[in-house]
Amino acid sequence: MATRVLMTGNDAIGEAAIRAGCDAYYGYPITPQNEITAFMALHMPENNRVFIQAESEISAINMVFGTAAAGKRAMTSSSSPGISLKQEGISFLAGAELPAVIVNVQRGGPGLGNIAPSQSDYFQATKGGGHGDYHQIVLAPDSVQEMHDLTILAFKLAGKYRTPVMILTDGRLGQMMEPLILYKGTPPPMQRKAWAVNGAINRKPNFIRSLYLVEGELETLNIKLQKKYAGIRQKEIRCEKRLTQDCEVLLVAYGTSARIAKGAIASVRAAGIRAGLLRPITLWPFPYDAIARIAKHVKGVLVVEMSSGQMLEDVKLAVNGHVPVFFEGRMGGGVPLESSIVKKIKSISRRKIMTGH
Amino acid sequence: MIKDMIYDRPESLTDVKTHYCPGCGHGIVHTLIAETIDSLKIRERTIGVAPVGCSVLAYFYMNFDVTEAAHGRTPSVATGIKRVLPDRIVFSYQGDGDLAAIGMAETIHTANRGENITVVFINNAVYGMTGGQMAPTSLIGQKTATSPRGRNVETMGPPLRMCELLNSLDKPYHIERVAIDGPDGVRKARKALMTAFKAQVDGKGYSFVEILSPCPIYQRLSPVDALKFVGTQMAAYFPVGVFRKEGTVVNA
Repeated sequence: MATRVLMTGNDAIGEAAIRAGCDAYYGYPITPQNEITAFMALHMPENNRVFIQAESEISAINMVFGTAAAGKRAMTSSSSPGISLKQEGISFLAGAELPAVIVNVQRGGPGLGNIAPSQSDYFQATKGGGHGDYHQIVLAPDSVQEMHDLTILAFKLAGKYRTPVMILTDGRLGQMMEPLILYKGTPPPMQRKAWAVNGAINRKPNFIRSLYLVEGELETLNIKLQKKYAGIRQKEIRCEKRLTQDCEVLLVAYGTSARIAKGAIASVRAAGIRAGLLRPITLWPFPYDAIARIAKHVKGVLVVEMSSGQMLEDVKLAVNGHVPVFFEGRMGGGVPLESSIVKKIKSISRRKIMTGH
Repeated sequence: MIKDMIYDRPESLTDVKTHYCPGCGHGIVHTLIAETIDSLKIRERTIGVAPVGCSVLAYFYMNFDVTEAAHGRTPSVATGIKRVLPDRIVFSYQGDGDLAAIGMAETIHTANRGENITVVFINNAVYGMTGGQMAPTSLIGQKTATSPRGRNVETMGPPLRMCELLNSLDKPYHIERVAIDGPDGVRKARKALMTAFKAQVDGKGYSFVEILSPCPIYQRLSPVDALKFVGTQMAAYFPVGVFRKEGTVVNA
């Protein structure tokens, strides 16, 4: 059996990045993700990789751009206000079709907010964040093991689709320690990127750009990007379903909220109420169809989030009015209580099923 | 050593029509960079980083790998390339808005880390691409779209002298300012670029060449008068010369 180690979620991300073959990491201090930066400062040079503490989050994401443009694997991490600063860079990465991994260990907002865990950057992460018609793949771990595993996946997806990939987690998962099994695979060999700017030896020069001034050129790029996003929607949706076969109340939650939802479900199941959970692992692309299928046979859907209800909108789109969608959430660094979730589940389970609508 | 005269089109320069305005300095500097790269035989391992501004389309003229960068982030992108490809020759090409306004933090910190890259700074004292707004290097009293009554030191501050500012740092290896106001200035610019790129090839560290450059349209002058403006008024405020040589501050 593989050895288990005890690590914080933030360290688990750093360790995974090194094991995924991350060539360069660029960071800037901000709580609650500082462990990643410190981990990388210590361990990237040991592995002959590049570490720079940049002068700002903006500079860090643009160093990522340079490394990605050179055909190498790059990562940066930050927390909510710092991620806001990176949005222009993420838009440029998407426009120039460059692979990159960005970690957002979310904290409460808006503004400087606080340093407590939060899920209030969902809109920013899944709906664009930066300017222009683009998407990034968004992965949402709910354990230290998944912080590790999804970081490995993030590098694979970024490389496969030449797109920025965000790991959207929170301060609670970043700071907590859990046992995990470390990735033992070897980084996929870095093929010579035909598009990279790494020296025009025996080939025509490459140009990496997101500026298309000639009429129609940008639209051509937009269409190409949308085709890529359609392919990602088709192939890369991931979610965990727990006790959804027979459930009468469906909970939808991700990350830290999903862990609390799991506790609530165990509690109500013991009392004979059939609740189940769908936990999106990819927040973009979002598992609309999976939710829609389960929603057909439940009395109601309950969304649990550490926000005012952001993923709630996507769940409502998925459910499309078939059953009522309820919400339980906390803001500003508050974490939903299992007891409040239990109360909501019980009240939904008492609903009479409307037939023939 | 570079030959004094090269009459052929450098291999590093593409054979296309220019989009730059008549009398613009970019074409001259593009040619000088291409000649330098040819002379050092580094075309196949050179990567340029183009800024936001008129020269965002620099890749159109350069027969080697070039990437764009977000406005002002040019040296960060160059850093990200150079650190993972240390045997390549990486240079950023930046205007005054890119380098001395929005990208000031990146400029200073890249120089302070002593990244082994070359920064080519085109200072024409005005924003070109956006239509002639005030630059951080616009001269006192200079009329622009956003200083219609002339740059007022009281409210806008005086122009920034970038060579002098960077010269206060420990790590830069070469810092030089030239003015392409005529044949002599162009020759000096070519020499400065050669020194800067050679320093990088030899792994000496950060090199910075500021080139005072004409922009007849937005300096609001004829091409000939724009050259005079560069050589006299601009050079009076931004003295040409070598500020840092082989890592040592040159005393004026």
